[in-house]
Amino acid sequence: MTYIAKPKLHHPTLPRNQVGFTRRDYEGRISTLCAGCGHDSISAAIIQACWEMDIEPHRVAKLSGIGCSSKTPDYFLGNSHGFNTVHGRMPSVLTGANLANRDLLYLGVSGDGDSASIGLGQFAHGMRRGVNMVYVLENNGVYGLTKGQFSATADEGSRSKRGVVNMDAPIDTVSLALIMGATFVARGFSGDKGQLVPLIKAAINHRGAAFIDVISPCVAFNNHAGSTKSYDYVREHNDAVNRIDFIALRPEVTADTGVAEVVEIEQHDGTVLHLRRIDPDHDPTDKIAAMNYVQRHQAKGEIVTGLLYADPHARDLHEHLSTVQRPLNQLGESELCPGAAALARFNASLR
Amino acid sequence: MQPTDIRSPDYFHKVVDCQWACPAHTPVPEYIRLIAAGRYADAYLVNWQSNVFPGVLGRTCDRPCEPACRRGRVEEKNAEKPEPVAICRLKRVAADYKGEITPRLPRPPATRTGKKVACVGAGPSSLTVARDLAVLGHDVVVFDGDPKAGGFMRTQVPRFRLPEEVIDEEVGYILDIGVTFRGGQRIDSLKSLLAEEFDAVFVGTGAPRGRDLDIPGRSESASHIHIGIDWLSSVSFGHVTKVGRRVIVLGGGNTAMDCCRSAKRLGGEDVKVIVRSGFDEMKASPWEKEDAQHEGIPILNFLVPRRFEHENGRLVGMTFEKVHAVYDDQKRRTLVPTGEPDAFFECDEVLVAVGQENSFPWIERDVGLKFDRWGLPVLDPKTHQSSIPNIFFGGDAAFGPKNIITAVAHGHEAAISIDRFCRGEALTPRPAPHTRLTSQKMGIHEWSYDNDVSGENRNAVPWAAAEKALRSIKVEVELGFDPATAFKEAQRCLNCDVQTVFARDLCIECDACVDICPMDCITFTGNGNEADLRTRLKAPADNFTQDLYVSPALKTERVMVKDEDVCLHCGLCAERCPTGAWDMQKFLLEMTHAGAERPATSPERSAA
Repeated sequence: MTYIAKPKLHHPTLPRNQVGFTRRDYEGRISTLCAGCGHDSISAAIIQACWEMDIEPHRVAKLSGIGCSSKTPDYFLGNSHGFNTVHGRMPSVLTGANLANRDLLYLGVSGDGDSASIGLGQFAHGMRRGVNMVYVLENNGVYGLTKGQFSATADEGSRSKRGVVNMDAPIDTVSLALIMGATFVARGFSGDKGQLVPLIKAAINHRGAAFIDVISPCVAFNNHAGSTKSYDYVREHNDAVNRIDFIALRPEVTADTGVAEVVEIEQHDGTVLHLRRIDPDHDPTDKIAAMNYVQRHQAKGEIVTGLLYADPHARDLHEHLSTVQRPLNQLGESELCPGAAALARFNASLR
Repeated sequence: MQPTDIRSPDYFHKVVDCQWACPAHTPVPEYIRLIAAGRYADAYLVNWQSNVFPGVLGRTCDRPCEPACRRGRVEEKNAEKPEPVAICRLKRVAADYKGEITPRLPRPPATRTGKKVACVGAGPSSLTVARDLAVLGHDVVVFDGDPKAGGFMRTQVPRFRLPEEVIDEEVGYILDIGVTFRGGQRIDSLKSLLAEEFDAVFVGTGAPRGRDLDIPGRSESASHIHIGIDWLSSVSFGHVTKVGRRVIVLGGGNTAMDCCRSAKRLGGEDVKVIVRSGFDEMKASPWEKEDAQHEGIPILNFLVPRRFEHENGRLVGMTFEKVHAVYDDQKRRTLVPTGEPDAFFECDEVLVAVGQENSFPWIERDVGLKFDRWGLPVLDPKTHQSSIPNIFFGGDAAFGPKNIITAVAHGHEAAISIDRFCRGEALTPRPAPHTRLTSQKMGIHEWSYDNDVSGENRNAVPWAAAEKALRSIKVEVELGFDPATAFKEAQRCLNCDVQTVFARDLCIECDACVDICPMDCITFTGNGNEADLRTRLKAPADNFTQDLYVSPALKTERVMVKDEDVCLHCGLCAERCPTGAWDMQKFLLEMTHAGAERPATSPERSAA
């Protein structure tokens, strides 16, 4: 960590986005994580994605649990809303907040301990309910705040810094999210922002539960030979299935859309993801195939990254529940207390 | 691109923009840190070693360091008015508060070389030669037509900018090293000087002739028209004590600025500067123009002198042709008449400050010394040796009029040559500068320099009250920084000499440095040629005068590219680096002066 604040001075050519902010305006306080922590790179990727998408910081709510990863919302989007929940309880607090005010962008930030151990149930239910959110799991395979014990996502056979071999089977959060009904599932790597930033942008664009598992090496406790979540190991075993080249505002009418390696996925709001396929065997709109693909390649020891599955017709919790279109805090007395006649009509409908 | 060779002394030297721009390569950040630490005497000695006249230069330097200062570029789009560190005035702070330093200066060595060196003229270049050679045990004799040493600094720089005590003190430090000064002894003949059996002669006679303006009316009104530099020295010696009520100063250089401000103090009520070119193209330093305007002196531009107007042998005014600038394809400027009627300005006296020329009336043309077609001696540009092997030139006498700091730099080079010549050694190759690269790391995030970048704007130097300052030519206008302001100003320095040094083998490519860098200087990307790389960085690298620092290929085949342009040297990259692949290392470059390969000739000092 660093004692001094990052100087306010910035590059003379630092550009402003459509809403008048520079990238620096999306930063938070100086990180207190260890130097070189993958989580700081993820924070930088979130900053970059929000700046590029012209998001107004006051329209974002950041929610997190407990852990190194859950500290990070303090280090980005310093002008957004934030909530640090009880350990592993971020998904339920986020769900409640989302139900109350559906207009904000919900950014859930969690770690492997927070999501795969103490909060595994919360994680599963958040996914199956289709809460409209971006759920970023900063996955380093160890408990960094308590000096590097294996977490539930550590691979079987991987070694701790002190040489202990992990004998437990890992929880694969990507497969779990697919099974539990997440409608946008991706995996990124903190050491590859070129891939990660577009994934975050696509997840923000997605309506429904968007889950990104980001492998984020713990430099202090899990970046040695024998680790399967070190910079070197992830780089050597990274099997990127695709790259999001760009996100278009609307479907393009071009004669040449049938290029084999490009897949276009239209989202609910009409925007289109342009995916460049790296592995032609992988179809990101076929959920069963995606699950098979992930399992097959993981069995070979590969770390599958990229956009693994996106449901173009996804629906979210508000649609399931037929909730009112406006946020609750914008409803007036006449909507909330419609009067005796409305009550009578409602009662009559139940008879 | 090829990996950057940081062992080449020029690479990191160029990053220290101020030091690179300084003709004498003064280690600026080093002495600014000493000022911040309150070690004024140490700061003074760093300067004294490099530029010989810190007190003089702290008031009068042309300060090429300041336009080069990184702080000015860094404040672009960050501060209302981007400005460099007030380097020059900090130098004066070191001189003002240094206290007694005489015991720390070198003394003449007991063992003498037996070699005799003559310096003609006692200006900054000659005195530099004298200092550098006297400490080596050579016998140096300095000749000057004036009774006191100092040359241009004493005779032409007005006292309200440079008090005489400052010159006396700093000239004294040199003469006290056992230099013989023969004041009032003008050398009229090179031949007879050579006959005196000197082993080497150094010519530092400056550019003593002011250009005249040969236009109608010049001779008729001669008694009211003066050549600027001659008039300034007459003022300096007290031969001129007053001036007419209405004064026109012709010319746009620093001499013109000194003339107009002096005239204002000698009774000129209506003093104006009239210049041929546009205001922005004037040769005078921007701050000197500001100072003149501050004292209520208007500067009128685009007016070409046509005639001195006179009645009955008395000057009554001047007529000027109005022009404007026209640029051709090559951006060459011509001044074209606007066709408007000529402008007439009334005046009682005119000071002509339209340039200086070299002149060597005392050098016999049959002595064998070669001159070029501009009347300048033919010299080796590095060794300053003339066509007669034991005669060397420096300062304005060598390559035409420049400034004090350039003269000092010439003096150092000539002294190296003269010392080697006297010892019968080859004059080339020149000695390499002395460089040191030292890690500043003291703890996980502690450095031996203050890396917390100051957000202060430039501090203005306080001035004496205008009515007091304008009443006498001897009252110094600028008062210098007080220690508290000096500290604040010193903290604006970015410590550009504390270099970001990258070790490829330690890097794990975690991106921490890229994310933390406030100025977006660092990029990890595929290699390419320079033009291509410059467009692919995290922030565009449009300043082609600033280098890219490129690492050898990393594990991912990418390279680390750092644009040096607006780096704050805040060290955050090194603080956030988990493996120590980035380190902050102080690059101290000191020019090698004459005889530096031999025992201690420099003042004692511990590190900043």
